[in-house]
Amino acid sequence: MSRADLMGLLLAFIARLITGAQGHWKGCPPAAEQRIYFANHQSHLDWVLIWAALPRELRAVTRPIAARDYWTATPFKEWLTTEVFHAVYVSRQRTEDQDPLEPLVEALRNGDSLVIFPEGTRSGKGEPAAFKSGLYHLAEQFPGVRLVPAWIDNVQRVMPKGEVVPVPILCTVTFGVPLQLAPGEDKREFLARARDAVLAVRPHVN
Amino acid sequence: MDTLRELSVDQKVGLLFVALFGVLTVATLAVAVIVGRSTENDASGVRRGRLLRDLRALWLGSTVFWLAWVSGPVGATLAFGFFSFFALREFITLAHTRRGDHRSLLLAFFVVLPLQYVIAGGRYFDLFTVFIPVYVFLAVPVISALAGDPERFLERNAKIQWGIMVCVYGLSHAPALLLLEFRDFEGRGAFLLFFLVMVTVVAQIAQETASRWLRRRPVARLIDRSFSFRAWAVGVGSAALLGALLFWITPFKPWQAVAMAAIAGAAGTLGEFVMKALKKDAGVRYWGNAASVTGAVGLLDRVAPLCFAAPVFFHSVRWYFQV
Repeated sequence: MSRADLMGLLLAFIARLITGAQGHWKGCPPAAEQRIYFANHQSHLDWVLIWAALPRELRAVTRPIAARDYWTATPFKEWLTTEVFHAVYVSRQRTEDQDPLEPLVEALRNGDSLVIFPEGTRSGKGEPAAFKSGLYHLAEQFPGVRLVPAWIDNVQRVMPKGEVVPVPILCTVTFGVPLQLAPGEDKREFLARARDAVLAVRPHVN
Repeated sequence: MDTLRELSVDQKVGLLFVALFGVLTVATLAVAVIVGRSTENDASGVRRGRLLRDLRALWLGSTVFWLAWVSGPVGATLAFGFFSFFALREFITLAHTRRGDHRSLLLAFFVVLPLQYVIAGGRYFDLFTVFIPVYVFLAVPVISALAGDPERFLERNAKIQWGIMVCVYGLSHAPALLLLEFRDFEGRGAFLLFFLVMVTVVAQIAQETASRWLRRRPVARLIDRSFSFRAWAVGVGSAALLGALLFWITPFKPWQAVAMAAIAGAAGTLGEFVMKALKKDAGVRYWGNAASVTGAVGLLDRVAPLCFAAPVFFHSVRWYFQV
């Protein structure tokens, strides 16, 4: 077992110790097929939570998106994102000649699964912001990839903005019914539908 | 009895655990037979599910308890420390705290909890009993006030204080029993802990069974549909009876054992009743309700009686025997 594998196990253990990181597969079972998981984004921990909630076999083939400038800034960050999480790097600066989705398309061509947060940035509380169009373009180019909505609950209480130490509070990741791009579906319609699908798996507070 | 008295301490406790697992095995077999025979309908399905859940929890609890004993006082203190951690995690998940509570919660989880168990492990019992009710009682609201959020300040702090009191203070008295030193009774704290756990568990089970059989009018319908004073008395009585049966493992005389068992059983069952009220307030039936936000395992449900019984039992023992 390599150091990266050990680090992965350690991080998953910590995530479970602090948050429980329970995956509730309401709409579909976990399966070794190519998927794009898309979820609400409230905290820096979101990715780790989804990742820890996945069965161990799926973690290696499910990749996050990481901002290249930030996550390659130090050797440790680069090691963490490359070796442990197998992140797909994207650059935040737009250049004229490059499609920002290119690295994601590349990863999907490889047969990997992705986790994306279509809001683009962390939303404050409650309702997620409107989805960016990346999800639509990926769905258009890869009709065979299953789009799985997920709702991450409670994580904003674990580590609110500006805090660095997480408080142990139980969180859940609920996976919903997979979505498909209908033939000829309008971009805005599809994105609204995707956002509704994410909201639909939000557990009811009783 | 004479042969029992000649056994070494470890042999006696070992014997107790053999007896415990024996009883559990018999109960499991009995349930398996009954379940095999019962017909398929909704009511019996629900009852069966509840029975199996309870049995599984008993097995798990007994095994963990046994492991804690095998690993000695340090191991047991650590094990209960983790129980406290998980119980408090469940409690805080359902108590709606705000952003401003972040630092107080960090204090509760990462400073108060470990310190309380270190103090217990070091046998500083005078500090142990006042550390949380006196010092932490001041520290938590101070940290909260420094966060500068006055909204529902009392309510938020009360919730955190309560969580610490129940999940940390209460539960930490269980390993403290292990470490209590009696004259002519050294190293036998394990018996006391075993005594306490058995007595509270039996009181709980007896009360629940009695409430199903007796079908009395509940005292507080909105809080607990099954709690009646008669069922409660049956629970306390069963605890006292078990205390009499187990007196030989304790430093108590038979009537003292009966009294101590009754006190522990009464505190445990009443504590569970209070916990029910708390859960109703939070809007859940079990802490481990899969439909709720947490989907937790429901550890708090299991340890709640112990959380309330342990401090009362610990204090009565210390006070009465002047240790």
